[in-house]
Amino acid sequence: MIEATELSRSFRVTRKSGRRLRRIREEVVAVRSVSFTVEAGEAVGYIGPNGAGKSTTIKMLTGILVPTSGRVRVCGLDPSRQRIDLARRIGVVFGQRSQLWWDLPLAESFQLLRHIYRTPPSDHAERLEECTELLGLKGFLTTPVRQLSLGQRMRGEVTAALLHAPELLVLDEPTIGLDLESKQRLREFLAELNTRRRTTLVLTTHALDDIERLCRRMLVIDRGRVLADGPLERLRVEVGLERTLVVDLERPTAPLRGLAGVVEVRTETDGRRQRLSFQADRTTAAALITAVARQAPIHDVSVVEPEIDDVVRRLYARGPTTAEHPGRFDAPNDVLRAP
Amino acid sequence: MADAVTSFGTYRHLVAAQVRGQLSYRSSFVLNCFGQMLAQCTDLVVILVLFSRVASLGGFGVRDVLLIYSLAGLSFGLADLVVGSIDQLPTFIRTGEFDVVLLRPLGTLAQLAASDFQLRRLGRVITALGVLGYVLSTSDLDWTVARVALLVVTPLAGMVIFSSIFVAASSVCFWFIDSRELANTVTYGGSYFTSYPITVFTGWLRTFLAYVVPGAFVAYYPALVLIGRADPLGAPTWLCSVSPVVALLSALGAATVWRRAVRHYRGTGS
Repeated sequence: MIEATELSRSFRVTRKSGRRLRRIREEVVAVRSVSFTVEAGEAVGYIGPNGAGKSTTIKMLTGILVPTSGRVRVCGLDPSRQRIDLARRIGVVFGQRSQLWWDLPLAESFQLLRHIYRTPPSDHAERLEECTELLGLKGFLTTPVRQLSLGQRMRGEVTAALLHAPELLVLDEPTIGLDLESKQRLREFLAELNTRRRTTLVLTTHALDDIERLCRRMLVIDRGRVLADGPLERLRVEVGLERTLVVDLERPTAPLRGLAGVVEVRTETDGRRQRLSFQADRTTAAALITAVARQAPIHDVSVVEPEIDDVVRRLYARGPTTAEHPGRFDAPNDVLRAP
Repeated sequence: MADAVTSFGTYRHLVAAQVRGQLSYRSSFVLNCFGQMLAQCTDLVVILVLFSRVASLGGFGVRDVLLIYSLAGLSFGLADLVVGSIDQLPTFIRTGEFDVVLLRPLGTLAQLAASDFQLRRLGRVITALGVLGYVLSTSDLDWTVARVALLVVTPLAGMVIFSSIFVAASSVCFWFIDSRELANTVTYGGSYFTSYPITVFTGWLRTFLAYVVPGAFVAYYPALVLIGRADPLGAPTWLCSVSPVVALLSALGAATVWRRAVRHYRGTGS
């Protein structure tokens, strides 16, 4: 669906130098040799801090910006050369920019989009009905867009991007500024779209819970480079963060000792509950449970995964991998292995 | 070509939606339209005042000047109606809304022209038509087929020329965002220039506004042919009737500039 090879983009900026009116021209590299592929039907979270190059990448994928160098194919098309053909096959939602007509009622914006994309009326009606139902648009279809709340507008934007049945939906910060309930609703809708309709999703976000709920794969970018690429669970392991096994024991017990792979033991309620932080690459939860059971009778167990925020923080702290092809999804061994 | 036709179909829908919106505020629409009619009248007043003091302007009488004025006003008014919303371009660029334009399966220029269609701009057209009607109905011109054809073609060619000027001048915004004032000197300046016989102006200003910005072909030359007069500046007769060709060339030129500007925005040109 998406194939990016050594994709780079730099901008020329002029800035004033200290004295007089002399100006200096500078090259600022926004995206630096980024390579990744996204298969049809995937849901990929593209994350990174402000200025990491997320939006620039999205703009190159959608044909708004022409790459400085490198190659990119979306739906088999060259976005910058075949912008109009590509536009018919993808949908794009910008969280901070509206694609609707400010003064027109939502329903009328949708009608205009039908003409713009030349969608057959019956297909259009069917998809509109589906979105209206799933996103609960009914109450404000006749309201001018400028009078909608942010959450309502966002649901409208997503509908607008889907009416022409795109194969790929790109969302740039879709949940920004939304309240919890709207976020939740949007995420559920997108997850459903991905599993039921097999629409490929790529979304950039600051909100890591978006990724947690929606994306099986995450692509982390910083300063124009891919830092990591893979399923969230695997990144958790590879980044070396400890998982925690929480065991509730039958009776108060002294802190457990001599468990292989356990780095830290914390006890609560007189040792009735013990939290064992363990390194996932040295032992498994199952092995640990067996080992604990040998020392004391277990009442209940649960495993706590490290927070996604911690994973990402760890990734940034570590900087780009020195592997030859950073961020290549099909080469798991050179991703995130400490040198 | 087929693409242009379907694009036009979409343009029509976009425009129609905005017109519906504007007509829903009826009184404000009427007022705005009236304002535009008045704006066009100010030039008319200037001409009438001048002629209350002098008998001829650049060698032309009041009726001839009014003919030129109305043909120019009609051309400008129509162009303003069709592509006038392109003066929103700096806002589109600054707010990043131009990205949204690039995401749609339509030409960028058509989308921008349709982005802020204002029916009130019809006001200028109405004034110009009124003056033209008055001048022609009180003239003793012999209405041959050629004259009638010329009368129909002239405003259309003039509209294309003005539209091209609008587009080319606005394209500068892609390089310098705050260049609207610069664009206005050739658009509104051009409108002012074309309302008078070019004999009124002299030197480089005349050369620039008559031929570089092809203002002389909007109303002056066609008016000469209409009233059957030779150019006092000695332009050959054929030059006076090539406005449609000039219009076509202007359109091609403007399209090239626009394409280049958009390419610059997207990043290859810089």
